[in-house]
Amino acid sequence: MPETDRRPASNLPPLSLHIPEPRYRPGDTPDFGDIVVPAVDATSRPSEATKPDAMRDLCYGLVRVLDFDGEAKGQWDPKLSPERLRTMLRYMMLVRAFDDRMFRAQRQGKTSFYMKCTGEEATSVASTMALDRGDMCFPSYRQQGILIARDYPLIQMMNQIYSNRGDHLMGRQLPIMYSAPEHGFFSVSGNLATQYPQAVGWAMASASKGDSRIATVWCGEGSSAEGDFHSALTFATVYNAPVIFNVVNNQWAISSFSGFAGGERTTFAARAVGYGIAGLRIDGNDPLAVYAATQWAADRARTNNGPTLIEHFTYRSEGHSTSDDPTAYRPAEEPTIWPFGDPIARLRQHLETLGEWDGERHEAQRVELEELVKTTQKQSEKLGILGHGMHQPFETMFQDVFEDMPWHLQEQCAQMLAEQEAKFGPDWKPE
Amino acid sequence: MSTDTQTANKTMNMIEAINSAMDVMLERDSNVVVMGEDVGFFGGVFRATAGLQKKHGKTRVFDTPINECGIIGVAVGMGAYGLRPVPEIQFADYIYPGLDQLVSEAARLRYRSAADFICPMTVRTPFGGGIFGGQTHSQSPESIMTHICGVKTVIPSNPYDAKGLLIAAIEDNDPVVFLEPKRIYNGPFSGYYDRPVEPWSKHAASAVPEGHYRIELGKAATVREGEALTVLAYGTMVHVVKTIVEELKVDAEIIDLRTLLPLDIDAIEASVKKTGRCLVIHEATRTSGFGAELAALVQERCFYHLEAPVERVTGFDTPYPHSLEWAYFPGPVRIATALTKILKD
Repeated sequence: MPETDRRPASNLPPLSLHIPEPRYRPGDTPDFGDIVVPAVDATSRPSEATKPDAMRDLCYGLVRVLDFDGEAKGQWDPKLSPERLRTMLRYMMLVRAFDDRMFRAQRQGKTSFYMKCTGEEATSVASTMALDRGDMCFPSYRQQGILIARDYPLIQMMNQIYSNRGDHLMGRQLPIMYSAPEHGFFSVSGNLATQYPQAVGWAMASASKGDSRIATVWCGEGSSAEGDFHSALTFATVYNAPVIFNVVNNQWAISSFSGFAGGERTTFAARAVGYGIAGLRIDGNDPLAVYAATQWAADRARTNNGPTLIEHFTYRSEGHSTSDDPTAYRPAEEPTIWPFGDPIARLRQHLETLGEWDGERHEAQRVELEELVKTTQKQSEKLGILGHGMHQPFETMFQDVFEDMPWHLQEQCAQMLAEQEAKFGPDWKPE
Repeated sequence: MSTDTQTANKTMNMIEAINSAMDVMLERDSNVVVMGEDVGFFGGVFRATAGLQKKHGKTRVFDTPINECGIIGVAVGMGAYGLRPVPEIQFADYIYPGLDQLVSEAARLRYRSAADFICPMTVRTPFGGGIFGGQTHSQSPESIMTHICGVKTVIPSNPYDAKGLLIAAIEDNDPVVFLEPKRIYNGPFSGYYDRPVEPWSKHAASAVPEGHYRIELGKAATVREGEALTVLAYGTMVHVVKTIVEELKVDAEIIDLRTLLPLDIDAIEASVKKTGRCLVIHEATRTSGFGAELAALVQERCFYHLEAPVERVTGFDTPYPHSLEWAYFPGPVRIATALTKILKD
């Protein structure tokens, strides 16, 4: 290290700045052998009323239900009926079929942007299934599984993605930034972790009104570094808010590995410890573990026992979005060697182990769901795709800034309409 | 003014009027909640919420962590649930940690969700200097607020307006930033810091109805009619400039804007077209201040009526100084100099 003007001669050892670096880069051979995989029945399930300081070990362990042979074991097994398991499988498969189709639609130039959740389907689908229908979800941008698990019409999702004339958000939002109040799905922001304190506020409101509904919120491990995350946990613990915090630790925030959010030092679930709230670290690729943990946290919240932070330990199998190429910063084979496998494959294996499912039914369902998505896509595309024709009346640009349009927006709207008339002629109408 | 219940007037200072507005709204609407740092048991560092927790209960009026991002973010979520939150930010200078929740979330929620979700929140916060508050207790960030699309910005200048405007703000279905000029909480300010403070009780606007009434947002008030020039002012500066024009016997028309966004452009336009001269005054820093917007609007709409360039009297583009506060403040000398200049042509 060069001597500089800033560093006077000293006998003290030089300080060094640590810049986190993922272990493997493109060209390296990744090895996840050091990830501790506790036995599936090694983790006890405390009562939902357990004090946070009596269950700290759960922040550092890993709640698992499904072993790698497809058997559900241990105290956390939610013991779902085969019918319920098949529903869960179907929702996750539908998410994947939807993602594949919409990703392709973006590549075909039908929309500007898309984000898949491949490999993370359980973290939203199984979680939502463990909630009550009236519970409010504050998603980040990779929780399309919530909408699917609540039977939100696929065509409405597609209309939003295409910003077409069926898009009830009037083409104002980037694709996948859905909003569905009737389905308990808060408007997706696009700014990261801002939904965290909002979910706490919703939960506080519910509690102050003596309601029985709880709030639940998602962010990635990367955005758990945002101040909003910590604001939210502070408010939640202060007011004992009935809220479930999900941190989907999929290891990557665009090209930044989890080390840039503090993942080299401790687990994300362990952040609960400092706030004095319950924390659970779970196998996010195990749909039954996700279901069980959410059910536990929901029961806890609903009985005024306070918030829970759930770290879903998972892996982002594909790029951050259609604008990302993960092979530029991580080995291409990482997703395939992830030690916890794929959530759909694991639930399928479980159902098959139970004798409640088989390869033929699985394949038939896969084809059926692909067809469903394809048919819906055709219907949606009849209402337009992005960039091919203008689908919303121009003046919608100025609506909903305020409840009533003030004079300055009315003036600007008139100016814009005159510009469009100059451009397109007086008879133009949206398609 | 519109009022649905005729109630007796009471002499109130600005703090009492603001307190009364929240009291009335807490009583009328079970969805109204008041929260902020020290607002609960203690009643706020300026006493604006004194007695409200005792009267309306802890789940309606409560203290929060020292976390402005959390305060505003939580209020957004409460609004989504159906509540009508009235968060207090203890000093406007502290609002910046909550600005993302205000700019990117509260302000745009209606737009981005096509009114699936709205944010009927009123952020109250004391602002402005003249109290030896130094650079972290004196700022005037109103032009930061007016630059956000989707937020209304309201600044009262007396007890009567403060109550009526705050009630209208709380009842509004969009987010409102309600900036309270703390220098005049206890009495109007002449601009002469070395003179005794005059209490509100000597001012007509201290007669405040005890019940519910609204002053429509977006409507200015003509504080003084005149022919020589139009002065556009708000908050503390309404009183300062009024003192100076009366001392100098200048026949100024003073418009108290009351709401900066939406702005009462008709009142501004009518006055400037009548007088042909316009002075814009604010305590905030000069560059990109709200005065720049006012000067531009006047120039766009009244250019052919103007007999002199629009003049700006503002704070300087420095952080608000502590010991040199009165050299910073746009007081009598700066105002008099500007008046001389604008009236000489």
